[in-house]
Amino acid sequence: MTTYRESVAEGIAREMRRDDTVVCLGEDIGAAGGVFKTTVGLFDEFGPERVWDTPISEQAIVGAAMGAAMTGMRPVAEIMFSDFLACCWDYLANEIPKVRYMTGGQVTVPLVVRTANGGGLGFGAQHSQSVENWALTVPGLKIAAPSTPADVVGLMATAIRSDDPVVFFEHKGLFASKGAPAPDGHVVPFGQAALLREGTDVTIVGLASTVPLALTAADRLAEQGVQADVVDLRTLLPLDVSSVLRSVERTSRLVVVEENPYQGGWGATVVSVVAEEGFALLDAPMRRVAGANVPLPFADALEDQVIPTVDKVVDTVKALVDY
Amino acid sequence: MTDATTTTTGTDAAKLLRRHETMAVIRRTEKAAHDLFMSGLVKGTTHLAAGQEAVAVGARGALRDGDYAFATYRGHHHAIAWGATAEECLAELMSKATGSCKGKGGSMHLTKAASGMLGSYAIVGAHLPMAVGAAWSARLRATDQVAVAFFGDGATNIGAFHESLNLAAVWKLPVLFVCENNLYMEYTPIGTVTAAANPAADRAPSYGIPAELVDGNDVVAVEDAVARAAERARAGDGPTVLEARTYRHYGHSRTDPASYRPEGELERWLERDPLTVSANQLRALGTSDDDIRAAEESAAATVEAAVDAAKAAPGADLAEAFTDVWADGGAEWRT
Repeated sequence: MTTYRESVAEGIAREMRRDDTVVCLGEDIGAAGGVFKTTVGLFDEFGPERVWDTPISEQAIVGAAMGAAMTGMRPVAEIMFSDFLACCWDYLANEIPKVRYMTGGQVTVPLVVRTANGGGLGFGAQHSQSVENWALTVPGLKIAAPSTPADVVGLMATAIRSDDPVVFFEHKGLFASKGAPAPDGHVVPFGQAALLREGTDVTIVGLASTVPLALTAADRLAEQGVQADVVDLRTLLPLDVSSVLRSVERTSRLVVVEENPYQGGWGATVVSVVAEEGFALLDAPMRRVAGANVPLPFADALEDQVIPTVDKVVDTVKALVDY
Repeated sequence: MTDATTTTTGTDAAKLLRRHETMAVIRRTEKAAHDLFMSGLVKGTTHLAAGQEAVAVGARGALRDGDYAFATYRGHHHAIAWGATAEECLAELMSKATGSCKGKGGSMHLTKAASGMLGSYAIVGAHLPMAVGAAWSARLRATDQVAVAFFGDGATNIGAFHESLNLAAVWKLPVLFVCENNLYMEYTPIGTVTAAANPAADRAPSYGIPAELVDGNDVVAVEDAVARAAERARAGDGPTVLEARTYRHYGHSRTDPASYRPEGELERWLERDPLTVSANQLRALGTSDDDIRAAEESAAATVEAAVDAAKAAPGADLAEAFTDVWADGGAEWRT
């Protein structure tokens, strides 16, 4: 068994070993190993010419990664907390996703922006957000958000080898979680959701932290006679709605569990596609268990009120099955 | 900080005549862009660089093939200096299939990546970190390339400028920051909104970066200054800030009549028109008026043919709306 946290460094290291153009940059990622210890060992193995500590300059970090990506490198930039993406949002919204298109395909931007995302750790309103939906609002970005250690490695391989820009969300609440290590050469393609549990009564779709939450909820529901399909999207873009539709075809019910806020959350895109293309498959309204439309509070008890929990998923599914 | 002195000593007249002709191509292209806009054949907006040609042409003249350039939405002169043809630029402005960006970029995003001109960016200051990154990449790949970021005076008050100077200095990167100080941040005199008299050059020393003020209307002075900065960069001595004082002949953008300019200011700057300056330098080097006129006529003919070709070209291919989002050429977002 290995941890999600160790798998981040392992996934990056595997790609750095096979491709000299892969370089890392970010705050405290060198000798310090990252504030979340997700880059431990990289500086020792690859040295200061491949692992670069930066000042607290999010625009320079991501902008320099972009310039390097346009000129033959494959940079992996770390933005410490995903909340800080707002400090360099111009690059994620206006520059990186658009430059290939607006130049008529003259340039490519093969870079990865990694960032620690999500709540549940009591970091308060400016260090706890799930902002994967921010990235989903911008055509031109690929988005990965793994839920297991093996997927961290496999999706990281695809992200770094991708000739397209990738925003890679590592969930803070999962760093200590354990799972089977990735086998050698493990690569998980983008746009292929994982069906983690099969049931006939309801489809529960999750991403990153909401996947273990959905699995726990499914266990509890099974004790009460409700069998759930659990689908881990793994990437938001490409979005594997085909897998969701195939599951709903068998279960006729859909619950989406997303940590980002209900307003503008990615679940809205999933259910809108199912509404447009799979309405006839449904026997009940679709439901979204999402972050509340409030800033993230600090106190544990308050935070539980506003982010998805196992109880909320179980209650939502039960209400749906009884519909 | 040192004041660059203009010197034509040792300048090769034939080389300068080529610079003069390239500047004339840019000038004619900008005039054509303006006229085509007025006749309804260019939509959106344009930010014309007439008057600022010497900065782009002088810089390109001092650099090598393969050196990188990053420009702004006022970037027609940089694109042409880096080898874009007047035809592909004007066709892009006219939404034609033959435009340099296939009609997907427009005036503000002219690009000539094949020769290292990696784009024109319309978010002020955003491209400075990219130039830093390209210089970082050149160092990592040990290629001896340099990167240059061209930007306006207005960009010196945005965070990306300061983050870029700091990182470039700390990492000692081969990057040149070339400010085209045309005195106006859009419609506002730069001095009224900036704490430093020379908005780029005065900030550089606080980052430990050498800076030079240069006459931005003198292509020889620009070329000399950029050559010095590039030599420093290639020697591993890090970045340089150049502040080129220049002037745009048109307003900020198509809709700006520039009525905020004090009376007589434009006229005074027209006396120092970069093309007048270089013509005088050519005469001083012994180039005949006939040769100068021939270069200008050649430029005029080039742009005239470019206008005709762009007008005759087919409109943007409708299928292109859905290409080039991803590296595989497509735009697929779901299964």
